[in-house]
Amino acid sequence: MAMNSFEWADATTVEQAAGLLAESTEQRPVIAKAGGIDLLDLMKEGILAPARLVNLKTIHGLDEIDTENGLTLGALVTLDRIDKDPRIRSRYVALSDAAAHAATPQVRNAATIAGNLLQRPRCWYFRHDHFHGEGADEMESRGADQNQHHAILDNDKNAMVHASTPATALVAYDASVELAGRANGSRVVKLSDFFLPPEMQRAHDSGIESGEVMTRVTIPPLNARAKAAYHKQTERESYDWPICDVAVVLTMEGQTVQNASIVMGWVAPTPRRASESERLLIGNRLTDDLARQAAHAAVADATPLSKNGYKVPVLEAVVRRTILAAAVAG
Amino acid sequence: MAESSRSHGPDGSVRSGISRRTFLKHGGTSAVGAALLEAGAAQAAVDSSMQDGANEVLGPGPIPIDLTINGRRVPVQAEPATTLVDILRNHLGLTGTKIGCDRGACSACTVWLDGQPASSCMTLALDARGRSITTIEGLADGDNLHPVQQAFVEHDALQCGFCTPGMVMSCAALINRKPDAGIEDVKAAISGHLCRCGTYPNIFAAVLAVASENRRRGT
Repeated sequence: MAMNSFEWADATTVEQAAGLLAESTEQRPVIAKAGGIDLLDLMKEGILAPARLVNLKTIHGLDEIDTENGLTLGALVTLDRIDKDPRIRSRYVALSDAAAHAATPQVRNAATIAGNLLQRPRCWYFRHDHFHGEGADEMESRGADQNQHHAILDNDKNAMVHASTPATALVAYDASVELAGRANGSRVVKLSDFFLPPEMQRAHDSGIESGEVMTRVTIPPLNARAKAAYHKQTERESYDWPICDVAVVLTMEGQTVQNASIVMGWVAPTPRRASESERLLIGNRLTDDLARQAAHAAVADATPLSKNGYKVPVLEAVVRRTILAAAVAG
Repeated sequence: MAESSRSHGPDGSVRSGISRRTFLKHGGTSAVGAALLEAGAAQAAVDSSMQDGANEVLGPGPIPIDLTINGRRVPVQAEPATTLVDILRNHLGLTGTKIGCDRGACSACTVWLDGQPASSCMTLALDARGRSITTIEGLADGDNLHPVQQAFVEHDALQCGFCTPGMVMSCAALINRKPDAGIEDVKAAISGHLCRCGTYPNIFAAVLAVASENRRRGT
């Protein structure tokens, strides 16, 4: 399907972009464009038909990487730069690895971190314009037949999963996003509070509001002894969407786990903390057996659908392996 | 011109028997394509619209867009809703760049933007302003194939050839970035490419041969 024709405005400041975006109406949608990857996909599928695009790439100062106090990523930093930046790789390896395994090299060269976090679900019902009519949300709920790639946790109302894999690592690092509007300045929201369970009829799967622009992604300073690992499990070795992905950040005192952050992606509507697994690890000596128990706890609440039961043992294994990998990470 | 690229190797054998014309796709023979391939590249286009057009709204109808393709400044007229691959193939006749999935999932449309592989089907032409675009037609140096192109010929790294221009662009970018690339580098570089004929093993062999030659020469 060909994209509809649209107007194009190069924004030079965040305020200007926010002002242009605030003009959006149902009849004349105005949509922000950074790397444009998910946007072109949605336009080509007929899911989005903007009257005007606001080009954010012409805004200066939104493509910077700052490691002074934790990590600050400008909204326009590409996934490729996150993968290749040695400062990020040395301190936030789970994020580097998540970025390195997202999409294809070509897409990583264009896709921005903000666009990645704001992309829509990959659910094949969502991606087909045929399903965007009356009763779409009901269809998308547990009744949807082809649920191989859908949620196995927290899926009673909606089984679509968030598409971003860097989000899994970012939530594990307790990241926040900065949102700027024209009138009310900017606000900072924890990424774990930012995402909303995807719904067919909603324009976003997050708390971003009309007229807001995501400007930065920030990670607070890490404990100097923090170790981390990330694993994205796919069906094939080359580029693929995940069955699940897991990020683990551990603070170790010798062999004992002092703090643990375990986040699972593509198994619940939003990136999900494995809280019970974290509780089992904290204060205890990390052994193969403890990792096994923690992984078991991570899937204890799983409620698989008709065709995605296979994800449960896969997720359990990936949680166990990623905990053990984090413990021995450099 | 192109046919004369058939040459004899050091041992007297005919090297490839495949001319640049038949190996590359044929956009280079169209009038516009031929012009693009001329030596003596123009300077990079100065992108005036990004300098002073802060609030200017472009489109939705056709607008002038200045692109720099294979070293030449190329002005085109197109809607903002036009992708780079559409410009290359349908406006300029540079049909070496292919459209497979049209969703960034098969990488047949790979070109370089400032030397980095990009999916031209997922790139709006306006996003290519001010960047140096290189297509398969601009990869060779005159009649001298890029070493990766030559290696594809010698290692029979193609069957139907549809994925080949994209594969070559990704592999050539890898070799330019990392002349002594190893197998894992090659696999990563083409991880986004699909080849329905299954020529992957020969592509690996071709690129590793170039890397091996580079190592031997110490480059």
